[in-house]
Amino acid sequence: MKKIGSTFGRVYMALIMLFLYAPIIVLIVFSFNAGNSRSIFTGFSLHWYAELFRDSMVLESLYTTLAVSLLSAVIATALGTFASIGFYSMKKRWREPLLAINNIPMMNADIVTGVSLCLLFVAAGSILGFSNGFATLLIAHITFNVPYVILSVMPKLRQLDRHLVDAAQDLGCTWMQAFWKVIVPEIRPGIVNGALMAFTMSIDDFIISYFTAGTGAQTLAVTIYSMTKKRVTPEINALSTLLFATVLTLLIVVNVRSAQQEKKRLKAERALRKTSV
Amino acid sequence: MSKELIRLSNCTMAFDDEIVLNNLNIYFNDQEFLTLLGPSGCGKTTTLRIIGGFLVPTKGDVFFDGVRINDVPPYKRQVNTVFQKYALFPHLNVFDNIAFGLKLIKPRLSKSEIERRVTEMLEVVSLRGFEHRNVSQLSGGQQQRVAIARALVNQPKVLLLDEPLGALDMRLRKDMQQELKRIQQAMGITFIYVTHDQEEALAMSDTVVVMNEGVIQQIGTPEKIYNEPKNAFVADFIGESNIVDGTMPADNVVEIFGRRFKCLDSGFAPGEPVDVVIRPEDVDIVDARDGRLCGTVVSITFKGMFYDIIVDFKGFKWLIQSTDYCAPGSYIGIKIDPDGFHVMKKSKYSGMFGDYSSYSAEYDEIGDAEYDPDSQPEDPGEAAGDED
Repeated sequence: MKKIGSTFGRVYMALIMLFLYAPIIVLIVFSFNAGNSRSIFTGFSLHWYAELFRDSMVLESLYTTLAVSLLSAVIATALGTFASIGFYSMKKRWREPLLAINNIPMMNADIVTGVSLCLLFVAAGSILGFSNGFATLLIAHITFNVPYVILSVMPKLRQLDRHLVDAAQDLGCTWMQAFWKVIVPEIRPGIVNGALMAFTMSIDDFIISYFTAGTGAQTLAVTIYSMTKKRVTPEINALSTLLFATVLTLLIVVNVRSAQQEKKRLKAERALRKTSV
Repeated sequence: MSKELIRLSNCTMAFDDEIVLNNLNIYFNDQEFLTLLGPSGCGKTTTLRIIGGFLVPTKGDVFFDGVRINDVPPYKRQVNTVFQKYALFPHLNVFDNIAFGLKLIKPRLSKSEIERRVTEMLEVVSLRGFEHRNVSQLSGGQQQRVAIARALVNQPKVLLLDEPLGALDMRLRKDMQQELKRIQQAMGITFIYVTHDQEEALAMSDTVVVMNEGVIQQIGTPEKIYNEPKNAFVADFIGESNIVDGTMPADNVVEIFGRRFKCLDSGFAPGEPVDVVIRPEDVDIVDARDGRLCGTVVSITFKGMFYDIIVDFKGFKWLIQSTDYCAPGSYIGIKIDPDGFHVMKKSKYSGMFGDYSSYSAEYDEIGDAEYDPDSQPEDPGEAAGDED
């Protein structure tokens, strides 16, 4: 009985996985197709990848994607870290509702965020005289990245012994010195995770970029979308595969890091308990 | 010894509407070991944080060496703190933790100077050879020493200690008490120590400040605090006390339970109602025929050096500590020497403490004294004849 159950379980699991990943597997397999058919595999080749790097539009949007992701990750990390410290020193009565508000943009439909940002930028642009481009794209990315940074920095701050900052100031630090010498080293894992998360989210994003980038700047995701509208070539497969691989790698890195930190923390806690008894 | 170093003058501290310190006036002398003692929530840690610069009093002034320092931030004060849970920097090793303050000094100290002073400090706290250990690898007692070294290496004029031994086990606490006293004397600086442990306070301090509800109840030497508590709160908080209602018919005479006893207290109005403290160890158990007061043994607990005996005197339960065994239910007499009485003026704490009716092994229960001498019939078994 148990055997049948476990066999059934395995088959079921395999089917679920297949269902989830079949499209991506097809995409990846056909990105290595020698011919340009999207249904018949004629042989292994890196032809489409090479083609990709000859396409100036793709290269340009790759550059835009990297620039906007890096910049927005860095800026959002700085903003998010300081915001977290602000939340941390707030009274609980204020902190909890504000943190809930912070979480809303993450759950909000991207299309709503994208359209609303687009409308805001258009309105502001018509008054101040700018049009959507790289700058608005960057601002939009920072906006949706900040909550992710806060989400990964806050738990580290919660684990931080409040007296550490007092101790640093007691020993001669100004608040700023205490921040760099004590708070940052203590919450660094959270900051790095937040930055990686923000970077990943930026690369991954299509909808918000689509609405806020205007004509001047296109991210890879937007480029892929526009390519599907014009000519459907296996180049898209190659590009999507690269994008998928990048995001997957980043997510694995973030998760492995958090798991390791958690393990380390538990170990340190156990050690502390043992010594204090 | 007697030079005044820190003064808090009319300090009031309120968080929102809750008053934590109420018009506190206190001064701290140079090279003194002073303990702020009180139950949790009495304002002792708040007082320490005001001196450390982490809190600014809502009202009142803080003076250091005669200079008002209300607005001086912590990093500019010649005061260092040992925090309750040590607050060692987990990302630094023992050496770097201790050197933390030294590295911030401007103009910068040379590397060899820092090394010399850290090494010297490690010597003081007996941690030589631990320089490169990670602080999380240390035991509680060792972490405590690092915290003390980290504070002392900056050569503060005052060291603030916030329940530094709270997390240690009994034996280690006793060792560290000696150690702290030794360090304080060796360094010749002021220690301001916060604790809720009265034994610790009595054992280590030059001066004890007993606080409750944000108000100072009594300031004095440990002996004075123990032998001459000012009110029922202090008497109950410091050691064990039987506190009974009485009157002072005349100087050196105290009346309790309708009987007069010789005592050493004077200066009260004739017939003034008072609180009378009798320490459990000052009561001698005698045969019922020889006793000035007689009562029935309710329970007896073996404590090692002595027995804790609860005796019922007309409904008021006393704690008596004696090396002699008395069977529960037996009828005994007691004798108290004149110096066994301590007479206090009535205070708002009168009647709140000092009765062992709700006695438990923990002692911490607050019993309410229901004894009313007027409503109690005279005990016929009691020996007659009042002594003046």
